[in-house]
Amino acid sequence: MNLILLHTEADGTLSKLSLETLAATIALGAPFSVGIVGENTASAADSIATCGAGKFLTITGPEFGQARYATDAAAAEALIRAVGPDLVTTPATSRWNRVLPGVAHRIGGKVDSHVTGLVMADGKPQATRWFYRQRMEAVFSRSTRPWLLALEGGIAAAWTGAAGTANAEAVSLTVPVSRTSVIGFEAPAADQQTIRPDADLLFVTGAGWTKKQSDGLVKTAEAETLILDFLRLSRSSLGSTKSLVDLGGEGVAVLPFLSHMNQVGQTGSTPRHAKGLSTCCHGEEPHTVGWRFIGERRAISLDANCGWSRGKADILYVADAFAVMEKVNVLLGR
Amino acid sequence: MNIIVCGSLVPDPLQTLEPITGPTGPALKNEMMLPSWLDPWAGHALYEASNLAAKNPGSKVYLVSLGPKAKLQQVMMTVAQKVPFELIALDGSAGGFTDAAETAAAIAEAISAIPGLDLNNTLIFGGWESASRGAGATMQIVGERLGITDQFEGVDSLEIQADGSLKIMERVEGGKHQISVCTAPPAVLGWATGNLPEPRNNPQVGMANMRGIMPSLQKAKPSPVTTGDIAFASVSLPSQTRTTQVVKDVPPDQIAAELVAWIRG
Repeated sequence: MNLILLHTEADGTLSKLSLETLAATIALGAPFSVGIVGENTASAADSIATCGAGKFLTITGPEFGQARYATDAAAAEALIRAVGPDLVTTPATSRWNRVLPGVAHRIGGKVDSHVTGLVMADGKPQATRWFYRQRMEAVFSRSTRPWLLALEGGIAAAWTGAAGTANAEAVSLTVPVSRTSVIGFEAPAADQQTIRPDADLLFVTGAGWTKKQSDGLVKTAEAETLILDFLRLSRSSLGSTKSLVDLGGEGVAVLPFLSHMNQVGQTGSTPRHAKGLSTCCHGEEPHTVGWRFIGERRAISLDANCGWSRGKADILYVADAFAVMEKVNVLLGR
Repeated sequence: MNIIVCGSLVPDPLQTLEPITGPTGPALKNEMMLPSWLDPWAGHALYEASNLAAKNPGSKVYLVSLGPKAKLQQVMMTVAQKVPFELIALDGSAGGFTDAAETAAAIAEAISAIPGLDLNNTLIFGGWESASRGAGATMQIVGERLGITDQFEGVDSLEIQADGSLKIMERVEGGKHQISVCTAPPAVLGWATGNLPEPRNNPQVGMANMRGIMPSLQKAKPSPVTTGDIAFASVSLPSQTRTTQVVKDVPPDQIAAELVAWIRG
C-alpha cells in the first residue's frame, strides 16, 4: 500500500504539483490511499474522488491551514500511521519539504527529496535524483519502509479526472502545541513580481548588463528599463546569475529588482520552464546548471565561446543584447 | 544565546566531478585531492550566525562540521578568517552519497555533548540543503533528535524582536516569503542565502579561531557515516551538451523578429 500525502492551497484546491504527484504514484500500479491536510479538505478530496484511491483520509482544521512544522509534521505522522504504507509520496512543496525528513525520523522510515523520477524496477520502487547540485544523477532504491519521497514537478502529467464524492475519513489528531505562528507573507506587488514559476519563458540576466558597453559607458538605468519592459511584455520569469545578484547584495546600485530569490545556478534555483533566454551571461560551465531543466534555450552574448552558450543553448546570437532587446520590446509591444 | 551552525565542506563548484564506484558505494574520483570549500548555504548560515551574535552580546557561535579531518583543516584555514566561532569537528565522510539520517545522528550527538549547553537558549543553524547531497533533510532530523519542533527552512531573514521572539522569513513558492513568529529559542533554521555578503578576511579573527580549531581537529570524533540502506543502481554525469547554432553578423532587427516569433510560438 502506498500513501499520497497532499495539502490544500489557500483556496482549498490542490496544486498542479499535487496532481502530478498523484499521477506519478498511480503509475506505479500499486494500491494507494490519499491523505489530505488543510483548513478545508472536503472539496479537494472530492476533486480527485475518481482517482482510484482505496481510501481518502483527511486532517482538517484552521491549525492546518498554515504551513508550520509542528502541526504539519504531526498531521503527516498521523496519516502515515493510520495507513501503514510502504511508500509515501508528496509533492516537493516548501511545506512538505520542511517536515518530511523529520516525519521519516519519527516513524522509523527513510526520506529522499527532490526526486525527479519514480518507476518500478523488479517489483520495487526506484527513484532518481540529482547530487552535487545537478552535476550527477543517481538512480537508487532503499530497503527501509516506509520510504518517503518528495517529488519534483515534471515527473508526470497532472492527473485529470472527474470529480465525485470522496467519502473521506477524518483522522483525529490532538493539535500539538506550537510556539510558532504564521503572520503573513511578503511578496512584491503583483506588477513587480519577477519570479513567475508558471511562465513559459525564463529570462536570465547576467552581469554583462552592468558592464561598460561598446561606447565605453555603463548603462544600468537603460538595462533596468529594457529588462523590466521585457518582463512586463513577455510575462516571463526573471532569473539571474550569481555574479549579478551579488553585486546588488554588496550594496552596489545595480538592478534593484534583483534579489537572491532570482538567482539560478549552483547556489540558486533550478527552475523549470519550457523556454529560456539568457542575456549577457558569462561563466563557467558548473554555474549553468541554473537552466538544466529548461527546454528550448537561446542566448544573446557578445562572446561566442561563453560557457552559458556553447553546448548549452540551441541558438546563440552573437550580438549586443541592449540593441536586440530594445527591438524585441518594440515588437512585443505592438 | 548559543548559535550552533551545522555545515561541512563540498568540492569547489568549478571542479569537474566524476563518479566512481568505491568499496562502500558511489564516490567521487580523486575525492581527497579535490579542492574543497565550506558549503555555500552553510556559509550563509555561519555569516548570519556571526552577525546575530554580534548584535546580542554574550552570544557564542559554534560550527559543527563533519568531514575528513585533513580536508576540514584545509577548509578551516580559510573559514577561520571570516568570523569568530568554536569548531566542533567530526571525522567522517562529507560525501554527497552518504545518508542524511546518519549524518544528522552524528551531528545531533555532537551538539548534545557540548558541555553545559542550554538548549532552551540555543538556535540551530545550517543550510537548507547542501551542495553535495542536496537533499535538504539533515537539519530537520537533527532538530527531531534534539526534540526541537519549531523548524524553518529556506530562511532568508531572522530578527530577534524586543520581546525575545524570533521573526523569520522563509522562502515559499512563487518568489514569496512566509513570515512566522516563534516565541523563543530553541529553533532550527535552515538558511537559504540570507542577506549578508561574505565577510572580508580578518587575520586577527583567524588567529583567534585557529587556537581552538587545531585542538578540535586533533580530538575530532570518528563518525563513520555511510550510504545506509541506499542501493545505488547507477550514478552518472548528465549529458547536457547541445549542438549550438551560432548566429553572427545578423542585424538586431532580424534577431528580434526571430526571438519574438519563438517566444510567441
